[in-house]
Formats: sequence, C-alpha cells, structure tokens
Amino acid sequence: MQPITHIRSSTVLLPNSNIDTDQIIPARFLTVTTKVGLGKSLFADWRYLKDGTANPEFVLNQPAAQGSQILVAGDNFGCGSSREHAPWALLDYGIRAVISTSLADIFCNNSLKNGLLPVIVDVPTHRWLLAHPGAMVEIDLRALRLTLPDGTHTSFPLEAFARHCLLQGQDELSFLRSKLADIELYESCRH
Amino acid sequence: MTGQTMFDKVWAAHEVVAETPDTPAILYIDLHLIHEVTSPQAFAMLKAQGWKVRRPERTLATMDHSTPTRSEEFFRDLPIKVDAASRQVQQLERNSQEFGVELFGLRDARRGIVHVISPELGATQPGMTIVCGDSHTSTHGAFGALAFGIGSTEVGHVFATQCLLQRKPRTFAVNVTGHLSATVTAKDLILAIIGRIGVSGGTGHVLEYRGEAIRALSMEERMTICNMSIEAGARAGMIAPDETTFAYLQGRPRAPKGAAWNDAASRWQSLPSDRDAAFDRSVDIDACTLTPMITYGTNPGMVLPIGGAIPIRTDDAVHDKALAYMGFHAGDSMLGKPVDVVFIGSCTNGRMEDLEAAARVLKGRKVARGVHLLIVPGSQQVKQAAEEAGLADIFKAAGADWRESGCSMCLGMNGDTVGAGKYSVSTSNRNFEGRQGVGARTLLASPYTAAASAIAGKVCDPRTVL
Repeated sequence: MQPITHIRSSTVLLPNSNIDTDQIIPARFLTVTTKVGLGKSLFADWRYLKDGTANPEFVLNQPAAQGSQILVAGDNFGCGSSREHAPWALLDYGIRAVISTSLADIFCNNSLKNGLLPVIVDVPTHRWLLAHPGAMVEIDLRALRLTLPDGTHTSFPLEAFARHCLLQGQDELSFLRSKLADIELYESCRH
Repeated sequence: MTGQTMFDKVWAAHEVVAETPDTPAILYIDLHLIHEVTSPQAFAMLKAQGWKVRRPERTLATMDHSTPTRSEEFFRDLPIKVDAASRQVQQLERNSQEFGVELFGLRDARRGIVHVISPELGATQPGMTIVCGDSHTSTHGAFGALAFGIGSTEVGHVFATQCLLQRKPRTFAVNVTGHLSATVTAKDLILAIIGRIGVSGGTGHVLEYRGEAIRALSMEERMTICNMSIEAGARAGMIAPDETTFAYLQGRPRAPKGAAWNDAASRWQSLPSDRDAAFDRSVDIDACTLTPMITYGTNPGMVLPIGGAIPIRTDDAVHDKALAYMGFHAGDSMLGKPVDVVFIGSCTNGRMEDLEAAARVLKGRKVARGVHLLIVPGSQQVKQAAEEAGLADIFKAAGADWRESGCSMCLGMNGDTVGAGKYSVSTSNRNFEGRQGVGARTLLASPYTAAASAIAGKVCDPRTVL
C-alpha cells in the first residue's frame, strides 16, 4: 500500500443519510474472484440509466465532479452488507477519502484496510461542506486536520494504529504476524 | 468493582494481547465461517504470500450466496446459469481442497446458508468468538457467542493468524420486558427494536438482548433477533445462554459429548452478565405493546405496526426519496398495499419454525392469483425436515414455489429476483433499493405476515387469518 499523508481535492456530495453498501455496489456485481475493476460498478443503479448510459442527473456524472477524490456523504454511510467490494469500488473509481458525521463500523474497518480514508467531522463542518459542493479541501493525515478553502481547519479522529499504518503504507497483517509467538502461547495455555 | 457483562467475559477470554492507546487488541477467533463470495480474494492473498490457512480445523466453508435454488440446476449436472457465480463456486471448491478447509459443497446434505448450518451442526457454541465475511454473522450471538461480520482483508488476517486486530466496542443493553402475544414473532420484535433505536443506533456497540421476553424465545427465534443486530448498526448482538440453549445444542454433531459436555455446560453457565454489570447504554422495550410490524421504506428502520399509516415528515429528503422509490405516499395505510412476490427464507427467517409458521397460514389455502410465493429453506437439512413433516406438501398445494436452500432472493445474486417496480413482502433482512434485484420494492415482515399477504394478494394483517 502507498503511504498517505495528504489528500487535496474538490469534494463531491451524496448528502443522504444511511447510504448502504448495496447502493455503493449492488450484489449482482459481487460474482468476482478478484478486487480489480469494480469502479465501473460503483453506484451502478444510480449512475446508469436502464439502457446502460450515464444518468445525467447523478452527481458523479456531472462535469463538476470529474476528478474529485473526496466524497462528502450523509450520516451512517456504508451501512448494511460487509462487502469489501464497496471500498474497492470507491478506490478503483478514484475516491480516496469519505467525509461524514459517521460511517458504519464494518465499512470503516474495510476502508482503513485499503487506504480509503474515513474522515468524521462535526455537524457544523458537515453542514458547511454540504452547502459548498466542489469546495477544495485538504486532509492532513499527520495532523489529523481538515482544512477548508478559507484556511479554517477542524480536527478529526482516527484510530491510532490505522493512522500509523496509512502514514507508513504498512499492512496491518505484518504487525499481526509479528505477534505469532504470542498467539501460539495463547493457544498452548488454552488447550 | 462492578461486575462484567457477557461481552466483557467473552472478550477477555479471547484477548491474546490487550489493546493499548497505540495498538488494538489481538483477538483470538474460535470459529471462522467462509463462503464463496467474500473468500476468493483472501485465498489469493495467501497464495501470493505462500502461506497456509493457519488453523484449518477452526474454519468451515459452504456456498450459499450465488448458488442456484432450482433442483434441476443442482441434480442434473447443468451448469449454474450465472457463469461468474459458477466460477466462484468452483474457486471455493479448489481453495478448500488446496488449503485443507472442510467444505459443505453444492451436493452436501448439510449445505445451506452459513448462519443456518453452523448452529445446526452444533459448531456455534456459547462463549466462542465467531467471524465470517458476512454482516449477518451476528446471528450466532443467539448462543452467547461474540460473532461479527468482517471484510475480505480480515478474512485473510484470520486465515493467516487465527486472530484479528480489534478495538473493544461498547455495550448496549436492550431490555425487553413482558411477553409477545402469540401472533407477534421475533421478527416483529427485532423490527420494532430497530425502529426504536434507528439503523445507526447500535454503531460501535455490542447489543445484549435481555429480559423475560427474550428468555421466553426459542433458539431459532433468538437467532432471528441477533441476525438483524447489524440492521441497527451494531457490531454484534448477544443473548445469554440458558437451558434453552443447552437443550438445542446437546447431541448435535459438533457439540461436546459425555464428560466434555458437562465441563462445557458448567463453563457456559458462568457466561451471562453479572447482576451488577454496567452497560454503556440501554433501552427498554415492552413486548406486550407490540403488534406485527412491516417496513414501508428503503431501510429497516422505516418500519411501523402493520395497522399503521406511513408517517408524514417535512424537510426529510431521505424519507421523500424512499417513498418515491417505493411508490408510496405519507399517510398511506400499509394494509391492502399490492403484492407481486412473497419471499419466505434467508438467514433471518429460513429455519424450521419459520416454515411451520408459514404452513400454519398456508394450510388449505391458495396463493392469490398473480402472486409468486417463493419459499427457500435455510439449509438442506431444513429442506429435508420440512419435507418429512409435510410442510413442503402444504406449500406446493397452496401454489408456492419450493426450492433448494440458499440466500436466494434476499440479495438476488443467484438470479432469484423480484423484478423492477414490483412489490415483495419478504422475511429477509434488508429493504434497501434494489436489494432483491434492480428496481425491486421490498416490505420486510414476519413469516406469518408474508404468508398471509401471499394468500390475500395484498399486505394483510396475519391476525385476521390465524
């Protein structure tokens, strides 16, 4: 995984709350055995019309959204199914961070494992972002700080170990495997 | 010092290394359930690294999400209709063989939905930690296990180490007093709980369902409750093991035997939360006041008593969008809404007692003209038991479509879908947009309500036919 320190991008908005992982990527696209190329199925039922062409009403299809790497979503984004295909699809499409007032637990875990940055902000900051679509913002992972276009900034929380791994571009599994002696000791004491 | 919750006890017993401010806890996993959809990428990681499944004996595999439910596709060696699904199934067969993982494959009499077969086998036991790349892993909490869904990367972590890195969740007591009336089911209760605390009400928490109404439930009903904990956003749901739990487990193939059973049972008796245990949050629900419930929107928290009217909300874009998708209007009564498809099955309501409930309604009656009633048992063992008990005959006589086991129309991955714009009354767990196929409109309800609606050809209060 590539280390992440900063993400600077305009935002794209999906303000509704409780957007579930079935919307992020519908189940019929899960019949894959790899994680590549899922970006084309991202938000498929909202993004495409019945004939398979782009739905011009959908925000990701609008010119202003092109190239945006930061999604500002409503509360409890990513609820429902545990499918990791959801962050895989977002990353493959080009989204690198999701800002919201809360994210669903499993989605948040899955995102951190893949370098999709969850940024949880307070309600006033969220409201400001929703009122200013396309705002150019900067996420600083080292300082855990979100900077708005006028230079004001707000801090956001992130689990310490996940932050460390993202900054170093380190896989959490290598840490777990470094503890195999502890795991073996646990097993031998228990059985 | 205050006492410990059941969750605290199970967590502490599985902590290989405790959490620190800098690092999460390393939590040992007793049982890892896998299926064809979320495991291939994790196996690929093992192969790329040249690693083994560290504890194959703690791993059970089955295929359920993308498998066909039509008998002819199973037993006449016809290929699975969806090529990609067929590849996934074959991939799991190869991976299980290569890594020495026990597989309940397509033609195995013990195959079924992963959350139905593990309890059936007696593999799910109190005090265990259980994970699976599926959010409805919370089902197993009905036995007093700590069970939760994970992503495919974490499936790989468990393969490689039998452990997960986890921050300790908070605890949330759901106290259910009184008793459910005879026509109000566990499904109605969990829908009412989700309606009360909301679809993100449980985020970051493990729910413990407590109180006399919970104690009175059978194991299958408890599984229905814990299954939908994730629909309240919770990490997991748990119910304390008791005599009901022990009676269910004793004699099952993977349950301890003889002296080991006595040891296990006495250990399990110490699991329930201590009297003075403190929970981070709690909510009280009176079971006596509940009626059958049905959803009207596009998440399980958009739910109301079946006799109620869709709430009127101003300035609520999510509510408006949900009603537009469903083709409903604020103020509408749910009774009498049209029904095209009725689905009875899933890891929520695909067990024997669910089918018995459906049969009670369907016996001697006919499915309304124009309604497709699809009944999909949760496992091949449930299917066989239902056939031996004569339930399948009742279903077929009523005009229902009786299938092989699997997830089927709960998520429509295998081609069993509702159809765009059509209405489904479903005993499954999610009414998200398109969950049961593109454009499908789902109303979640109990097996009683689903069966009664199939007969009536419209949304029907089951109390009028029971």
